[in-house]
Amino acid sequence: MPAAQAINAQLRRIPTWTVYVAGLVPFAWIVWLAFSYGLGVDPVKELEHRVGKIGLQFLIAGLCVTPLRRWTGVSLLRFRRALGVLAFVYVAIHLLVWLVLDLQFRWAEIGADILKRPYITIGFAGFVLMLPLIATSNNWAVRRMGAAAWQRLHWLTYPAALAGATHYLWLVKSWPLETLIYFGIVVALLALRLPLLRRRRPA
Amino acid sequence: MRKNRRNDLKWSDVTPRADYLNRRQIMAAGGMAMGAGLIGLSRPARASIDARPSEYSTDEPLNSWEDITSHNNFYEFGLDKGDPKRNAHTLTTDPWAIVIDGLVERPGTYDLADVMKGQVLEERIYRLRCVEAWSMVVPWIGFELGALLNRVGVQPGARYVAFQTLMRPEEMPLQSMPILDWPYREGLRLDEAMHPLTILATGLYGEEMPNQNGAPIRLVVPWKYGYKSIKSIVRISLVEDQPQITWKMQAPSEYGFYSNVNPNVDHPRWSQASERRIGGGLFAKRIPTQMFNGYGDEVASLYSGMDLSEHF
Repeated sequence: MPAAQAINAQLRRIPTWTVYVAGLVPFAWIVWLAFSYGLGVDPVKELEHRVGKIGLQFLIAGLCVTPLRRWTGVSLLRFRRALGVLAFVYVAIHLLVWLVLDLQFRWAEIGADILKRPYITIGFAGFVLMLPLIATSNNWAVRRMGAAAWQRLHWLTYPAALAGATHYLWLVKSWPLETLIYFGIVVALLALRLPLLRRRRPA
Repeated sequence: MRKNRRNDLKWSDVTPRADYLNRRQIMAAGGMAMGAGLIGLSRPARASIDARPSEYSTDEPLNSWEDITSHNNFYEFGLDKGDPKRNAHTLTTDPWAIVIDGLVERPGTYDLADVMKGQVLEERIYRLRCVEAWSMVVPWIGFELGALLNRVGVQPGARYVAFQTLMRPEEMPLQSMPILDWPYREGLRLDEAMHPLTILATGLYGEEMPNQNGAPIRLVVPWKYGYKSIKSIVRISLVEDQPQITWKMQAPSEYGFYSNVNPNVDHPRWSQASERRIGGGLFAKRIPTQMFNGYGDEVASLYSGMDLSEHF
């Protein structure tokens, strides 16, 4: 696939730090909106929802890397760590907005929510699953663990993404199309990992 | 039971118009909020409806026009809070008629002007508590539903009142999608409907009801979660049996017929113990939710002897 090779050659010229910087632009934009009254009359909810959705989008982007390479030969592998770290950063900000600005450290309500509300339980579980991932998203950890063990650990991305999409689907009233689409994308990307669907490789 | 909570000044007597237009927008007029500010200012130049003050009004600080008209749950026009403001301009509210039927002495199709004939409009400043745990304070203009029901004559067998929203998919885009079982339906027990706090509202802030808030006429039941206060009403039926209501049909384990604001009975998916008052910005403090949204003195007796965790 010469086209894919040409694209890969171009991609190799892009330093990975640019992905981190570009990935934080949406957050900077949202913060700007938050302080310029651009988030509407309920800025806390808007901030919480937007940041959470971007976290889910980065998780999905990370899950796209392998299928994209397998089907088209285009490799974004160099950028996958950045995508994963950005996903964590956004999910962590989402959690902090909920704790600090939304529930304002009302620990009784926070604890009850995490334990009793399935959508919060599963969202929080998704965050917890990402903790070992962020802790090992560095070269030192890969070397120390060995590639195979490191890869096995990072399969936690799959349940984390599923938890995120379920959290989103579960928290809304009714069945809005958008949340169903996110959920469908995550399920489809995970299904592509099933051995049956994994075989096809580019010629 | 009536309490004199406030003097007889109206908001318009004490609040210069520029102040209840969103203050933040005026402050931000030099910046990027200019566009939004101009939209906010493009309203009629002066209040058009004259209404009597009411002793039922709260003296809590009001939400701005911008807050009240740009943060709406009106699923017929979209699921995002901002969608109704963007999309509800398609709604035709004139001519408008309400079918009043069922167990009434004088059933019929009443033109809106006829519905309002002889009714004394009052300004009712009520707290509005959404089931999603946010709240506002809204200066509604309206009249007591009980006055209308008395006019059409309630027959002895009637025990409930059922309401329906307009069904017009060509003007209400989401009615073409299976988001809810359209048309939107709500209901009250007859004594709730006859309670003086229960009003049919036709305006707010001295203006005619904006489309996104349920023009031209909507219900307001301040001690119940917001979704009970059905918008853009075209049908009022007096019935014997408890009517179907949309959200209960959608998720019976989450939404009950009564839907009284109750900090002690949580929604299965979130706590109802506290709420965020809209308009306070990023760092506004959460406030505790009050039983019956603070209207317990007036309405608690309607539910004496009932287990409110069962009849939620």
